[in-house]
Amino acid sequence: MKDMLTPYVTDDGRQIGETLMDMRNITLRFGGVEAIKDISFNIQEGEIRAIIGPNGAGKSSMLNVISGFYNPQEGEVWFRGKKRPPMKPFQVARLGIARTFQNIALFEGMSVLDNVMTGRLNHMNAGLFSQALWKGRAEREETENREAVERVIDFLEIQAIRKTPVGRLPYGLKKRVELARALAAEPKLLLLDEPMAGMNVEEKEDMSRFILDVNDEFGTTIALIEHDMGVVMDLSDRVIVMDYGRKIGDGTPDEVRNNQEVIDAYLGVAHD
Amino acid sequence: MLYREAGDFKTSYQEDSQTFPIAFDRYRYWAVLAFAFLVVPFVINDYWANAILVPFLIYAIAAIGLNILTGYCGQVSLGTGGFMAVGAYACYKLMTSFPDVSIVIHIILSGGITAAVGAAFGLPSLRIKGFYLAVATLAAQFFLVWLFNKVSWFYNYSASGQINAPERTVFGVPVTGPNTEAWAQYLICLVFVTVCAIIARNLTRGSLGRTWMSIRDMDIAAEIIGVNPLKAKLTAFAVSSFFIGIAGALFFAVYLGAVEVGEAFGIQKSFLVLFMIIIGGLGSIFGSFAGAAFLVVLPVVLKLIGVDLLGWPTDLVAHFQLVIVGALIMFFLIKEPHGLAQLWRLAKEKLRLWPFPY
Ligand SMILES: Nc1ncnc2c1ncn2[C@@H]1O[C@H](COP(=O)(O)OP(=O)(O)O)[C@@H](O)[C@H]1O
Ligand SMILES: [Mg+2]
Repeated sequence: MKDMLTPYVTDDGRQIGETLMDMRNITLRFGGVEAIKDISFNIQEGEIRAIIGPNGAGKSSMLNVISGFYNPQEGEVWFRGKKRPPMKPFQVARLGIARTFQNIALFEGMSVLDNVMTGRLNHMNAGLFSQALWKGRAEREETENREAVERVIDFLEIQAIRKTPVGRLPYGLKKRVELARALAAEPKLLLLDEPMAGMNVEEKEDMSRFILDVNDEFGTTIALIEHDMGVVMDLSDRVIVMDYGRKIGDGTPDEVRNNQEVIDAYLGVAHD
Repeated sequence: MLYREAGDFKTSYQEDSQTFPIAFDRYRYWAVLAFAFLVVPFVINDYWANAILVPFLIYAIAAIGLNILTGYCGQVSLGTGGFMAVGAYACYKLMTSFPDVSIVIHIILSGGITAAVGAAFGLPSLRIKGFYLAVATLAAQFFLVWLFNKVSWFYNYSASGQINAPERTVFGVPVTGPNTEAWAQYLICLVFVTVCAIIARNLTRGSLGRTWMSIRDMDIAAEIIGVNPLKAKLTAFAVSSFFIGIAGALFFAVYLGAVEVGEAFGIQKSFLVLFMIIIGGLGSIFGSFAGAAFLVVLPVVLKLIGVDLLGWPTDLVAHFQLVIVGALIMFFLIKEPHGLAQLWRLAKEKLRLWPFPY
């Protein structure tokens, strides 16, 4: 995390505003159900991109396509100017894409510190023998990565629960630890699936602040799914609106808010 | 008031991630090691070596091995007996084929061979989980025992079908064969258990250990942070089998001296080691020792009390033992999956606060 506090310039000299991820005509089916219908959109370097829409619209499915859980039946995924072949999730992670889940997916048997340290696994490649002897590279890497992790822990203000087993934490903190684990990977693209679901107002404010700070300070590009329209309007640079697997709106929060189709979808469909 | 964490501040991350962050624990660790290496060898006799200490040390290695696979990586295995047999037969073939090479090297190589076999049998773990994986490893158990019975090359075509450990020395002292003295038997096992435990501890506290635990706790989340599940599971099978193979080699060459595979490495062995880690504590190196000690000492103590003291018939005591072990397994599985190790931790936490309970 060497350049964590310096202004954001990507390591291969890419500029803010360039296209980071380009989804082209994505269609995803589960059996007969079309969860995503021919959707195209892009995500630009440095922006906060929101995906909104009623329950079952296909938002999580879209994140799952980006992170490699599902391979779409049709369409192309372009990342950093290259077409991405079908990949396993762990390969996608190695490209620099990290995420959190709608239902928290932490390692319940491990401490907060170990959970966040797992986020650094892609930055650690000491061999078996070095690790077995705890000498040389393994020992060095452990310290270096611990330092990086401690910066994330400070940043998200979870110092006090460092050594606590994750299973004992309340819901709001678990969400924050999950964000910490994703951040520890120093992703180029961070995907957040309903990071504020189930939170009270205060927790939501904290989380919004963290998301904005991550984007500001580290220049991390973020794609997030969120139900709370107020939050989305405050946080995001551009918004995609989905409904029944289709894209019905795409633009700045103001543009989207005044889009008639979006208004209809939101008035017509109950959502939580 | 002796056991204190407060005031024991860490000034670097190295110190914080060491094995015994609390000074008192560190001193106790060194004290135990010093006692085991410098005192016990001088006072040990045949009874203590054969009934308790040597089997305890060897089972501790096997339990560490299984704990890596099951406790740390979450892959249940009932193949421990079979993998111990691989270690034993590998060691026998190496000893008899290369009599000039040191037995220590043979034992390590036996671990390596078992690691390869273990990884091969671990391949199905990518597709199958939990109960089905347990059944697959059970099949491995039966297959391996059958193989070592059936193919006479493994026992050098001996008429009895047994394998017998020839005499081998370390620094001129016999450690296998009938002339081995109790202290030598004990010491070679102690050296192996110490090295194995340190290696296991190092592997489990670093990135490989976290890789394993992430697979155990939630494999989907592990994949999303970049863990290759196949690689994680296969390394767990390989490392686990390495230790189990060493335990099997020692069990045959140093402890028993002569082995009939079904008897020494049957399915009971698989269950015994599994019970050790359940009682001792899943996902704990210390728990592996505690569980091994408990299940080695229990029958000895029961016999002392039941047969020698109270005069009960032997088979009654044996049944009694089964009941106790069964009840304990149920207790630990339901109430305390982290076993004796966790009870020990809780006791320490109480002690840390003593005499002020809050
Ligand atoms: N693994 C799956 N198998 C079958 N259908 C699925 C699966 N995942 C999602 N779906 C379906 O796809 C649609 C979109 O779901 P999802 O992406 O979770 O919506 P959202 O996150 O917008 O609420 C729903 O109709 C859902 O039932
Ligand atoms: Mg969803």
